[in-house]
Amino acid sequence: MSMFAPIPHAHDSRTPAPASGPTPTRASGPWRDAASRLLRSKTACAGLAILALLLTAALFADVLAPYDPVHDADLYNRLQPPSAEHWLGTDAQGRDIFSRILHGARISLEIGLVSVGISLILGTLLGAVSGYFGGTVDLVIMRLIDILLAFPSILLAIAIVAILGPDLINAMIAIGIVGIPQFARIVRSSVLAVKEMEFVDAARAIGASDARILFRHILPNCLAPILVQTTLSIGTAILDAAGLSFLGLGAQPPQPEWGLMLKEGQSAFQTAVWVVTFPGLAILLTVLGFNLLGDGLRDALDPRLKR
Amino acid sequence: MQTLTQSKVAQAPQQDIILEVRNLKKYFRVGRTGVLKAVDNVSFFIRRGETLGLVGESGCGKSTTGRTIIRLYDATDGEVLFKGKNVHKLKGAELKRFRREMQMIFQDPYASLNPRMTVADIIAEGLDIHGLASGKERMERVYELLETVGLNKEHASRFPHEFSGGQRQRIGIARALAVEPDFIIADEPISALDVSIQAQVVNLMKRLQREKGLTYLFIAHDLSMVKYISDRVGVMYLGTLVELTESERLYENPLHPYTEALLSAIPIPDPRVERTRERIILQGDVPSPINPPSGCRFRTRCPKAKPVCAEMEPVWKEVEPGHWVACHLYA
Repeated sequence: MSMFAPIPHAHDSRTPAPASGPTPTRASGPWRDAASRLLRSKTACAGLAILALLLTAALFADVLAPYDPVHDADLYNRLQPPSAEHWLGTDAQGRDIFSRILHGARISLEIGLVSVGISLILGTLLGAVSGYFGGTVDLVIMRLIDILLAFPSILLAIAIVAILGPDLINAMIAIGIVGIPQFARIVRSSVLAVKEMEFVDAARAIGASDARILFRHILPNCLAPILVQTTLSIGTAILDAAGLSFLGLGAQPPQPEWGLMLKEGQSAFQTAVWVVTFPGLAILLTVLGFNLLGDGLRDALDPRLKR
Repeated sequence: MQTLTQSKVAQAPQQDIILEVRNLKKYFRVGRTGVLKAVDNVSFFIRRGETLGLVGESGCGKSTTGRTIIRLYDATDGEVLFKGKNVHKLKGAELKRFRREMQMIFQDPYASLNPRMTVADIIAEGLDIHGLASGKERMERVYELLETVGLNKEHASRFPHEFSGGQRQRIGIARALAVEPDFIIADEPISALDVSIQAQVVNLMKRLQREKGLTYLFIAHDLSMVKYISDRVGVMYLGTLVELTESERLYENPLHPYTEALLSAIPIPDPRVERTRERIILQGDVPSPINPPSGCRFRTRCPKAKPVCAEMEPVWKEVEPGHWVACHLYA
C-alpha cells in the first residue's frame, strides 16, 4: 500500500538540490502535498469554513451570545419570532435561541472530541494489536468487534446509557464505545498492509521490539485513514448525541444542547417553527462540515481514489 | 587466478568460517493442505571476509534463504550457525547482539525506508535501539555514516522521498553499517536500480568490505554482477543449491547442466565471439515448488536427464576440492 509514495509534481524542484547552508526544518513532504490538494478542493474548503464558524462559536460563546443561555428566561417573551432583539427568536421559556445555539456549539464540539477520542484510542489499539500479531489474538478481537458491530449503533448507545444512567458524560462514553469497531477495522486493515513492507523487516533485522515497530514504523504510516475516519466520526458522534439527548438520554435540561432543544421545541413547533428549525440547522451544518472535510481529506491523502 | 583461489581454499582453517548453513529448510503453508518448499535442504558455509554470491531465477528461494539466515523467518528445519551459534536458538541479549552482528540490505529502495522518518532517524535507529550513541554523538555518527556511503550531512534532515533510488540504497547501506556488523546479507541490492547506478553501489559495497572487513552474502540474478563482486558463487534452482564453487571456476567450468544453461545466457561484449556463442535453451517453465518433480528437481528441463534422475535425489557433494554439485552425472 503505497498510499504515501511520493507523488511527482512538475513544480516540485526540491529533490536533492545541492543544499547550501543548514537545511530549514520543514513539514514532511507527503503531508504538505496533501494539504495543498485539500485547499484546492472547494467542498473541503466549505467544510473548513463551517468548522471555523463552529469553533469560533464554541470558543467565544460567552462573548458573542447576547443573553445567558440558561438564566435569561423571560416568560413574558415566550415563543417570540426572530426579531432584532432575538435574532433567532425565543423558546417556550423565553430564552434567546441564538445564545443557546452558540453555547450548544461548545457542547457539541466537546461531545465530538471526547467520544471520538474514546473510539480512536481504543479502536486504534485493538485494531493495531489485532492486525500486527494476527492468529488467535486477531480472531478473538475481531469476533468481539463483530459482535459490537452487529447491534444497530443507536440501540447499543441507548443500552449503554441505560446501564450507566442518562447524562451527557455517559452519552459520550456510549457513543465512544459504539464507534470503536470502525476504527479497529480500518486500523487493522492498514496495519496488515503496512506490516508487509520492507522497512518493517529492516526494523526487525536491526533489533526493534514489537512495540517500537508498531508505534514508530507501522502506525505513523496508517495515519491517513485514521485521520479521515476521525473527521467523519466526529460528525456522526454529534448527530448520535443529539439523538440521545432528544430521547432524554443525553444532555439534561436546562443544558443548551441542540438535540435537547429539538425535544423541548417539539410541543411548540407547530406555532413557532423557529424553536426547532434553528437547532436543527445547527446540527445539519455541523455534521455537513465534518463530512465535507472528511471527504476532502480522503481525496487529498489518497490521490489515487480521485476520479 | 584460479590456482590462487584454490590454494586459498585449501589453506582456509576451519575457524575462519563465519556462517554455516546445514540442511536448511523453509516451508510455507499454502491454503489448507499445500506446502511450498521455498528452501529445501540447503547447505553451505561462508568464510570471514569473503563474498558469497547466490544466483538463480525469481522464486528459486534465494531471498527466502537470506531472510531465514537473518531470522526474519523461522527455519522449518536445519541449522544456521553464525560464529558457531545456532541463530534460531538465540534469545534475549544474545539475540540482540546477533541483530548488531548481522545486517541486511534490501531489494526495493522505495519500500525499505520508512517514509515517515527522516534520514537521520532511519540511520540512527540501530544506534537508538542498541544504545550506541545519543545526543550530539548520535548526529556525529549519522553524518559520518552519510559521508561513508557518499552522501553528505545536509541530507540528514530530509525524508526518503526526496532521494533517487541509488541514494536511497546508500541510505539503506548506512543504516546497516550503523550497528557495525561484520556480516551483511544483500538481497538483490542493485536489481531495482538503473544500470548506470548499479556499478556505483556495487563498488561502494566492495570498498566498504575492504575498509571494514565485511562478509557478504550477495543475492542476485544478474550473473555478470555476481561474478564481479563474489569470491564464490552458489546456484539455486527451485529451492535447492545445485552448484557452488569459486566464481572463476564456476564461470570457466560449470558442472551442473542448469549452471551451464544459465551461463550460456550471458551475452559476450565482443561481436565476433558473441556470434559463435551457443545458447542452451531450456524447455518448459520452472515447475511449481508446491509439487516439485521427484528425484532431481531439474530433471524435467535437463537436456542430460537419465532415468536415475527421476528416482533419486542427487546428493550435494564436493566433487573436486571446493566444488560442490548436486547432480547424478557426477555421482
